[in-house]
Amino acid sequence: MMQTNQLFLIFCSVLLLLGLVAFFVARRKATQVRSSGIAMYSQPDQYAWFAVIATAGPAIVLSAVGAFVMLLIGAEIPTFSLLLVSLVLAAVGLAVGMLLVRSNFHARQAIERTIRWILASAAAISILTTLGILISIIGEALNFFQMHSFWDFITGTTWAPGNSFLAAAGRGDGSGAQFGSVPLFAGTFMITAIALSVAVPIGLLSAIYMGEYAPSKVRAVAKPMLEILAGIPTVVYGFFAAITVAPFIVRVAETVGVSASFNNALAPGIVMGIMIIPFISSLSDDVINAVPDSMRQGSLALGMTKGETIRDVVIPAALPGIISAALLGMSRALGETMIVVMAAGMRPNLTINPLEEMTTVTVRIVAAMTGDLEFESAETLSAFALGLVLFVVTLSLNLVSVLMIRRFREKYRVNNL
Amino acid sequence: MSDSFDQISQQLKRRHRKSARLKYFSMGALGLAAMFLLIFFADMLNKGLPAFKQAMVNVEVNYSEEASRSGRAAIDRDLSSIVSRSVVRVIPLEMRNDPSLLGTTQTRWVLASAEVDQYLKGNRARRLDADDMARIDSLVASGQIEMRFNSGFFSRGDSKMAELAGIMSAVVGTVMTMIVTLAIAFPIGVMTAIYLEEFAPDNRLTQLIEININNLAAIPSILFGLLGLAIFINFFGVPRSSPLVGGMTLALMTLPVIIISTRTALRSVPESIRHAAFGVGCSRWQVVKDHVLPLAMPGIMTGSIIGLAQAMGETAPLIIVGMVAFIPDVTASFTEAATVMPAQVFTWSGEPDRAFVEKTAGGILVLLAVLISLNASAVLLRKKFERRW
Repeated sequence: MMQTNQLFLIFCSVLLLLGLVAFFVARRKATQVRSSGIAMYSQPDQYAWFAVIATAGPAIVLSAVGAFVMLLIGAEIPTFSLLLVSLVLAAVGLAVGMLLVRSNFHARQAIERTIRWILASAAAISILTTLGILISIIGEALNFFQMHSFWDFITGTTWAPGNSFLAAAGRGDGSGAQFGSVPLFAGTFMITAIALSVAVPIGLLSAIYMGEYAPSKVRAVAKPMLEILAGIPTVVYGFFAAITVAPFIVRVAETVGVSASFNNALAPGIVMGIMIIPFISSLSDDVINAVPDSMRQGSLALGMTKGETIRDVVIPAALPGIISAALLGMSRALGETMIVVMAAGMRPNLTINPLEEMTTVTVRIVAAMTGDLEFESAETLSAFALGLVLFVVTLSLNLVSVLMIRRFREKYRVNNL
Repeated sequence: MSDSFDQISQQLKRRHRKSARLKYFSMGALGLAAMFLLIFFADMLNKGLPAFKQAMVNVEVNYSEEASRSGRAAIDRDLSSIVSRSVVRVIPLEMRNDPSLLGTTQTRWVLASAEVDQYLKGNRARRLDADDMARIDSLVASGQIEMRFNSGFFSRGDSKMAELAGIMSAVVGTVMTMIVTLAIAFPIGVMTAIYLEEFAPDNRLTQLIEININNLAAIPSILFGLLGLAIFINFFGVPRSSPLVGGMTLALMTLPVIIISTRTALRSVPESIRHAAFGVGCSRWQVVKDHVLPLAMPGIMTGSIIGLAQAMGETAPLIIVGMVAFIPDVTASFTEAATVMPAQVFTWSGEPDRAFVEKTAGGILVLLAVLISLNASAVLLRKKFERRW
């Protein structure tokens, strides 16, 4: 390992040296050619930069591709020879770069093309990320579905990973393990529903107030205030839910005469709702502002009150955008992890009583990943199966949301949404 | 039209009342959000501020022969339940390092145990009996126990002993992780945005990339953790729990934020600037590098700071890649196990000890202070350099 590090350091410094040589020699040559009276297509500096690109570019690409291939196929290419070949390539590139310092070569356009390629490959990384998520999750999820049937996973009502870790370690056959995800999804949707029933009314009404009533001074204070809500880390919300809100709910429930678990679903649900308020209010606010004023004036001119105008004209017009905001909020709530990890329970529980303990998909993912389990054990792999379902659900919610907002945008020809 | 004038005016009154109700409801909703924010901050300050104070006790340390074997012997037996175990434990080591200490006595201020600290802050201290409490009270009265500023909270790493636990190792871990995140996400994000805004032809591929970026921004963060685990750790062999793998994972999450804000910043630079540059013979890259990018820079920086603040508060993906490690020593390394501030908060919140609730809230206050000042600086940056064309 130490040797690899040293080799890499030597490689980098030689490459840097070659690059510097390329820059200065090429520039000198170009200056000489130009001062001898021959007109050139590009500036000396551009020839110099082209020489640098010709020297370093292929060498870096070759060594990176080599390293990647080494990891991918596990092919044994000795690091030393790989770096050596790269350096030879750099020397060849240097020679080519020097040869091309001549009057009829468009150095500037060559640089332009190279930069366009570099930028395009940077843009491709976002695609690679999505692909990476898909491949990693689908790959491991498939491993899981080879051990346990997909149908049982989707329809089973018992989540009991039990001693599946023993099976992975070669002891026991793991037959007692059951991976029925229904209680997890029930818990997730329950908490999401609580969150949305807090966030949608408050967020929407706040947006209505800010868009239709508030004087600009109030707006200037209220908007950053809601942004602060969005900026609080989820782990902080989780602590707040677990330490302050959950005991409060238990106490209130006791005075009313019902029993509530300290890990009840209500506390994370409410706090998650507060977390989502800014997402809903800011998008709804934008949409409400984008509803053309002529519609309001038309309604007011017909003698409707301001409230009636908002309820019967503005809101229906803005509805696609509002639904889109709610769907985005929902996708946030489904994937939210820290609040439920800290405040919701660990025990899968199929119930509709929000005061009982229940668990969610993300909680199980974290639990499977933080235990001292073998990576190949069914429980660890089940996290990827859960992740896959989560990915599909949130992705479709986002797509529907995007389509809704696009419809709104086309209807009212708004460009800044 | 049989409605009389009175009926109509009554109806009108009702309609206006209804209209006013909507206004008050909507105002109330905003008020509710504000009230929550107030309750939240009050609660955090109330729970977290005591963490910045720590009980110290003035004791006589007697470096006797016996103390070199067991540190307990160096301290008055009555005080042994009051002084932190961490102090007692290092006494033999001190004596080994400096043999001249043998036979001397020193009077100095040392950490009191977390129980004493909690008792003095008015919380329940289960392990103290009535004798201990009486002794503590008399020591406080004689000025031998004092509440002092808890500088150790900002200079030490994590510990299982609440009085010794500090946030420094998490701060260092956060800095290292953020360096990795920014080093990856900033260049790639800005380059992607430049490509999409200035270079890309409007074809299917470009649209695919655009949709993809918007979707990435909305994917639950925990899935990025699964990606980091499966690809970075299992496939590329990046060391688990290290700032390197944490930073790489967070970089992928921050990328869409930086891309989207950079595109907005680039779009706000007027076309006339580009036309003018093209007009004097610049190539496309020269236009971007020398004219558009410098003008868009404040917007890009603002977006990057906001993205950075978001990444800094993120916990879930880091748990998946193992960055919730117990790190007692403050070390700055990219490849060794480390923890970050939100992960430290998470670890502390799981400790059963009452004293750790205070530590957790204290850690949260530090985290919130950093995040709020980052966001405030982004807003200031925008205000200062924003240009309206």
